[in-house]
Amino acid sequence: MIERLDQIFVILKHWLLGYLPESWQTPVGVILSVVCIIGLYPALFAITTVLERKGVARIQNRLGPNRVGPYGILQPMADGIKSLTKEDIVPTTADGVVHFLAPVVLVVVVFMGFAVLPMGRNMVLVDMDAGLLFYFAMGASAELSVFMAGWSSRNKYSLLGAMRAVAQMISYEIALLLSSVVIVMITGSLSLVKIVEAQNHYTWGLPHWFIFTPWGLAGFLMYAIAGTAETNRSPFDLPEGESELVAGYHTEYSGFKFALFFLGEYVAMFSISGLGSTLFLGGWTAPLEVLQFIPSWIWFFGKLFLSMGVFIWMRGTLPRLRQDQLMNFAWKFVLPMCLLNLFAAGLWHFMGAGWLRWVVCSAILILAYVSIGREGMRRKNLGPRSYRYAE
Amino acid sequence: MLGEGILKGLVETARNFAGSYVSKERLTTVEYPEERSPLPEAARNFPFLVYDGDDWEKGLRCVACQICEKECPPKCIYIEKSKDKKPDYVGKLQIYPAKFDIDISVCMSCQICVEVCPFEAIKMDTEFELATDDRFRGLLLDRHQLARSNEYYHEIHPTEAAEVDARLADEKAKVEAKAKAAAEAAAAKAAAGTSATTAADAAKAGSSAPAPKPVAAETKASATPAKPNEGEPKA
Repeated sequence: MIERLDQIFVILKHWLLGYLPESWQTPVGVILSVVCIIGLYPALFAITTVLERKGVARIQNRLGPNRVGPYGILQPMADGIKSLTKEDIVPTTADGVVHFLAPVVLVVVVFMGFAVLPMGRNMVLVDMDAGLLFYFAMGASAELSVFMAGWSSRNKYSLLGAMRAVAQMISYEIALLLSSVVIVMITGSLSLVKIVEAQNHYTWGLPHWFIFTPWGLAGFLMYAIAGTAETNRSPFDLPEGESELVAGYHTEYSGFKFALFFLGEYVAMFSISGLGSTLFLGGWTAPLEVLQFIPSWIWFFGKLFLSMGVFIWMRGTLPRLRQDQLMNFAWKFVLPMCLLNLFAAGLWHFMGAGWLRWVVCSAILILAYVSIGREGMRRKNLGPRSYRYAE
Repeated sequence: MLGEGILKGLVETARNFAGSYVSKERLTTVEYPEERSPLPEAARNFPFLVYDGDDWEKGLRCVACQICEKECPPKCIYIEKSKDKKPDYVGKLQIYPAKFDIDISVCMSCQICVEVCPFEAIKMDTEFELATDDRFRGLLLDRHQLARSNEYYHEIHPTEAAEVDARLADEKAKVEAKAKAAAEAAAAKAAAGTSATTAADAAKAGSSAPAPKPVAAETKASATPAKPNEGEPKA
């Protein structure tokens, strides 16, 4: 019974496919899974928008949306109808084709990432050997869409926002990759299914998640920072900093195209959260051995929502960074920490089992964190600025 | 250490988040259409015309003297005098406004009309839900729309209305006493000749018309400093 519930979606899919002739089963099965993913994540997006508005409101001691439906839960419906019926304005000087393609590219690329993400035991669309690589290739393409949007709008705010976005996303892409590489080093696989399997062991009832190792914890923190920056979330939402850039790269988008950008952003958050929990939090595995009876997909989506909650919490807490702070943080703190983390993971691998590697790895990482952090936080005694103008 | 401030901030926001479900003081939101916070007594936005009694048309205190129309800085008041006369609160025959329009889209809520009115006929309202879909006619209020009872005035500005009522009663008493004295004098003079009374009446009507303004100004001036003096011994 418990196994049945765990595999309910797999069983359901096979049962539906049983009615089809043999030669149809593979393509229809793929389409079925794709439709499920494409239907599921926008639904989660709708729920998340209202939860986010409610959560941020409560953080600011407000009530949040409470007019549409009981407790405002139907707010996303109203928002959806509004954005669908709004006029779709394309600036006359805009590059029409690229302007149209940018949101489409974003949404397509963002959904592609889910192809390799295991959402439960045996619940992965494509078990690719180079799944992680595929994921990052798709994630990097989101930058293209952002720059397409900014460039084609022919608006200075859009272009500035897009340039900021590209600068930020490329900087943090490196940190994102380097923080994930430690997992590949330890598990020896790029397949996300294998990475989850590697964490699906228990000692004294506790799981072997990578976050419970020194390099895993450091990697997770760096991953979380880089992932937040990668999805343009607060406090790294400079590309759409409304106080200085109107709305950044999607200034010139309205109606459904804007809704697509909005959707793409949130689905990217889901996807980054999903990858983060797959890499560091054991994906669909249970946090305690005794809790394994709960279906694996519940654990996956639970972790997804937990990290969405942290995203919202962060947004409600932290103010936006300045551009130079953002870059300094990426190149002077996150990147050195990631490189050092690679070294720590290597030491961990070659030192063999025992308590010594725990002490050594933790010491290296904590020492580096404290010293790099202190260096970064040191007050710089800057003299009065002298401005020089070109002659 | 790096990140300390962030953790502190996260704790603070978490406390806010949880606290907003527990303590009522944290949630200061007043959900406007259903609940509304009481307006302060000094609140004002647009003027209205006060009337005494039940019939708004008969009870209007306004005598169409047009001082407010002339004083109004944005010129949003339009008055037409009546041809006939009707009795005012002391029973004297006065002209009344045949037309009294205020364009509240022009009005700047300065209260100057209220300050210059010698008859306590125009006061400031607190009504603010005046939105309309007719931009021109909907915001041009005529005398019927502007008329509000004295009870309503008491409701929205109790202390001010009480002062005004006392002042008016005072005036009325004075006028009545004067009339009584005049009547007694007239009765005494009646022995001398009946033809003199009509002349005295005409003289009274001529002299008392401009009179109320300085009287009102005087009482106002004396009333305002009297208030803090009253308050001081208490405090």
